[in-house]
Amino acid sequence: MPSKAIEVRDLWFRYEEGEWVLKGINLDIEEGELVAIMGENGAGKTTLIKHFNGLLKPIRGYVKVKGIDTREASVAELAKFVGLVFQNPEHQIFAETVEEEVAFALRNFGYDKEEIRIRVERALKEMNLYEYRDRNPFSLSGGEKKRLALASVLVYDPEIIIMDEPTTGQDYKQKQVLGGIIERLNAKGRTLIVVTHDTEFVAEFFDDIIIMVDGRILARGRVEKLLTNEAIMKKARLLLPQLAEAATYLKGKVNFTGNYLKVENFVKCIAEAMG
Amino acid sequence: MSKMGSLVRIENLCFRYFRSERWALYNVNLLVEDNEFILVTGPSGCGKTTLCRCINGLIPHFYEGEYKGDVYILDRIRVKDHEPYELAEYVGMVFQDPESQLITSSVEREIAFGLENLGIPREEIIERIEWVLDLLNIRHLRKRAPYELSGGEQQKVAIASVLALKPKVLVLDEPTANLDPASSAEILQLLQELRAKMQINIILVEHRLSLIADKVDRIVLMDQGKIIAEGNPRVILGSKKAEVIGIEIPKVIKAYRELFGEEDWVPLNSREFAEVVMYALESHRS
Repeated sequence: MPSKAIEVRDLWFRYEEGEWVLKGINLDIEEGELVAIMGENGAGKTTLIKHFNGLLKPIRGYVKVKGIDTREASVAELAKFVGLVFQNPEHQIFAETVEEEVAFALRNFGYDKEEIRIRVERALKEMNLYEYRDRNPFSLSGGEKKRLALASVLVYDPEIIIMDEPTTGQDYKQKQVLGGIIERLNAKGRTLIVVTHDTEFVAEFFDDIIIMVDGRILARGRVEKLLTNEAIMKKARLLLPQLAEAATYLKGKVNFTGNYLKVENFVKCIAEAMG
Repeated sequence: MSKMGSLVRIENLCFRYFRSERWALYNVNLLVEDNEFILVTGPSGCGKTTLCRCINGLIPHFYEGEYKGDVYILDRIRVKDHEPYELAEYVGMVFQDPESQLITSSVEREIAFGLENLGIPREEIIERIEWVLDLLNIRHLRKRAPYELSGGEQQKVAIASVLALKPKVLVLDEPTANLDPASSAEILQLLQELRAKMQINIILVEHRLSLIADKVDRIVLMDQGKIIAEGNPRVILGSKKAEVIGIEIPKVIKAYRELFGEEDWVPLNSREFAEVVMYALESHRS
């Protein structure tokens, strides 16, 4: 039986005395799962994932990460197996050079020099940042800073990787690279939780998604079921992926099966209808 | 001369930022005619933002560097010779992050600010505020403070305060980059409506081609500081060049090409795609 990476029970949270931001969340994410959390700004996505590395603690209910109750563990303890990549990289960046930034966690965990050098070089090349290794992180563009933040988490290879809006400010090519990295990490058995409202990106790289609205989980399921459900998408203020939109026009004329949000499957369904 | 009547004319423009080894723009030529909606796109670092800055005068007046060639507005105003505030009457600029642009305590004050700076008479300022609040459908936001608005509302206010100056050209540099999807779609829809309602030329920088390709007249494709292709969206998005430099090709275009092969025409939205498929299904049955 697969064990749980994340277990959330009746989680309620609010900042100070404000409105409840999370209203009774129940959620299980198994080890090795790849899941996208979607919803509009203010739905509670970021607040939820900040519970997964202990940055926030539940006001009611509990969150367990690999069986450890986050109320009983420090962020530093959880950081050994949970890596969180923030939406705003400025919250994460502090070193003087790009290379130092990426090496920081490894030094902290006591890796030897040679191992650090090899890993840093690999991570920087993978994120297309190697030529900037001597630059000050703050001189990078917004998109580059985001990739740097990702590199500094990937470099120590945590078991659970959480990314908050990794595609904003990235062009199409970079998004494809990011999608490839996500797939590869998942194939290696890592658990990946990605917060995003980029429906085209999710349609291409994810099968399992969670949709949040107003502090609650509205639905969880297969991408082609949820992202094509107009009622759910409207409630979540998300845009139908382009192929879902095209499929609604062709309803009754083409029998769409499988994950038809991927171009290859979509084309196959139409080709069958054309005989 | 054939060059007469252009709104923006860019001639052999090269620009290299201070201390940079690379040309951010190299030998760029572009003519913007009257009443056009132009999309400028390309991978990160291709020079899109630099191009916008050259049109509104931030380059060379604010960003230092090596500048060659020329940019003219309305054929006669040479950007090099005028400060950005002088150009604001002709070129309106909207940035990625609306917060950086909004400075006053109410939406109304925000719209009045630029007009006061241009020395427009009081009565006309009032008239223009009313006009632009209606144009963008934001009358209900009038007394609100810009910082308490949502990102999408802020971006509408930024657009309103720029349009109040009645510029000939509206330049928007990734105006939806920080917005959620529904708000992004709303802003892009709004641009299309503005085009229909008033004489305005739009130059828009945007990555998400599936949301915008069917709304523009022309696509300018940039890579490594150069314009590598420009023309009708169907031609540009159907070309190999777009695929090679790695911009987003809308998924209906990919699906269309797999089903129907390489043709000159490609669909620009899901409705056009579905119409072609339905036609093919029907002719197949009969």
